[in-house]
Amino acid sequence: MSALLEVSELRAGYGAVRVLQGIDFSVEAGEVVVILGANGAGKTTTLRAISGMIDATGQAVFVGRPIIGRRPEQIAAAGIAHVPQGRGTIVDLTVDDNLRIGAYQRRDSEIASDIDRWYTTFPRLKERHAQQAGSMSGGEQQMLAIARALMARPKLVLLDEPSLGLAPLITQELFRTLGELNRADGISMLIVEQNAGLALKLASRGYVLETGTIVISGSATDLAGNDDVRRAYLGI
Amino acid sequence: MTADRARIIRLGVAFALLIAAVYVFGWYIPQFYEQGTTYLWAEALYIGVAAMGLNLLTGYNGQVSIGHGAFFGLGMYTTAILMQSHDWSFTETLPVVAALSFGVGVLVGFPALRVKGLYLALVTLGLAVLFPQLTNRFVPHDLCKTCGTSQVGELRRVKLLPPSWTPTFIKHPDQWAYYATLTIAVIGIVALFLIVRSRFGRALIAVRDHEAAAETVGINVARVKVIAFATSALYAGVAGSCFVLVKRLATASSVSVFQLSIEFLVAVVIGGTATVVGPLVGGIIVVFSGRWISESFPSTILFWHINDSVKNLLSPAIFGIGLILLMYVLPDGIVGGGRRIVNSRLRSLRRGKTSPAST
Repeated sequence: MSALLEVSELRAGYGAVRVLQGIDFSVEAGEVVVILGANGAGKTTTLRAISGMIDATGQAVFVGRPIIGRRPEQIAAAGIAHVPQGRGTIVDLTVDDNLRIGAYQRRDSEIASDIDRWYTTFPRLKERHAQQAGSMSGGEQQMLAIARALMARPKLVLLDEPSLGLAPLITQELFRTLGELNRADGISMLIVEQNAGLALKLASRGYVLETGTIVISGSATDLAGNDDVRRAYLGI
Repeated sequence: MTADRARIIRLGVAFALLIAAVYVFGWYIPQFYEQGTTYLWAEALYIGVAAMGLNLLTGYNGQVSIGHGAFFGLGMYTTAILMQSHDWSFTETLPVVAALSFGVGVLVGFPALRVKGLYLALVTLGLAVLFPQLTNRFVPHDLCKTCGTSQVGELRRVKLLPPSWTPTFIKHPDQWAYYATLTIAVIGIVALFLIVRSRFGRALIAVRDHEAAAETVGINVARVKVIAFATSALYAGVAGSCFVLVKRLATASSVSVFQLSIEFLVAVVIGGTATVVGPLVGGIIVVFSGRWISESFPSTILFWHINDSVKNLLSPAIFGIGLILLMYVLPDGIVGGGRRIVNSRLRSLRRGKTSPAST
């Protein structure tokens, strides 16, 4: 069986500035893949290119269909949910309404039961279900952004630096939840992160991105043992 | 249990306000006020309807327009010309106005997608400036022989009488103009209430708050923005139709179209952006403030005798100062600010009562 997402020669940028110099990577169904990299390496650009928010060239095949050149709402409909950097919760909507907006493209009758389902996974959100999303803490908003992405019943979730701005304990809790989601619900994830330690524990495979090029790739254990990765991203 | 009680209190207050509003607006104003004031109330209502539409665009969707006077004018001229030259009745013109202003709203909304914020405001300002020139060029000048301009002059009295199907307590033209506008305002407010609580309403807010996040959940941002623009144009157009019934003519100068556009925006901000009833409250204040201010002037302040010309100079100044103070005290408008204060009171009440028992 071919990969869930197969990307090759992906190039993208902003205006005249090309950020991604042609990168290749893939995500198998049920897998968690992490892309490590420093600031400005092109991690966010990679996710934006896949979800159609910026123009890109190259090939990206998702469940057998090319997605480069498609509009964001078409890519969302194909089954890719993007949790943008800085969370992107709709601050003026309640937690309930944020989850409903996650199911924007769904027309079925199971939206309410899905909301209840993610409330059992994220009990803190249930406590605050009628509260405005903007009044919650950063960690809670990150949980909400993830739950909202899951409301679309995606085949693949893109997570852009989920640990950004969160306290270490909250980050650990978040990654534990992500791990449970992957194991129990079989949700595939592509995560870009600076927090290499936690990300490599969660992921099965990883890539290292440097100035728009993939310089190292391999299994998570190989990466965690790689001297260059350890020096640059694990601080050991 | 206490959450239920807060809910019951809130529902009770809302219900009492609704009954009071039905009595005052549905019976007291049109039946017991003198004619001149009934017209003013009708004016407040149609300003409120246009402001409701603008609120959908600016308050809920974050697109600022200072040119909605143009859509208002479009509705006004369409209704006036159909009534005056083609012998239509007022109600017959409404579906045409609604469809036409929605359609023009779509046409204008597409180029508006390219620009945001201040730039969008300037583009819409262009509309307001352009519209009177269009009426000058295209509206037949013989519609008003006495005015000599592109106005549609005083409508024939028979056109202004209440139609035969209206209930008998609507006797005079001013009452008919008022009730027609009131009905449209009620339909407008119910529709707005349903829209902002719908899937589309959530999409409006999502696009305003975080366009990138809206895209990632699969919202077609361009389509949402264009529909918001067109719907707000529809509200403004139908409000313009009411103008014809109330003022008995159609007229557009570059000053009046621009002034109307600003009045709609002021009504939205005074009443409260992104609130359902705010724009209507704002419309009432915009229309009546001048009158209330000049009526409340004493005839002398110390040794200064206040005559009418002084009053005319001072009232806008006082309105301006009032606007500044209001934005300072209630930055989210009368309805928005009022709701915030009531909610925080209810919360503290609940906390004060439950904390010993629940913890």
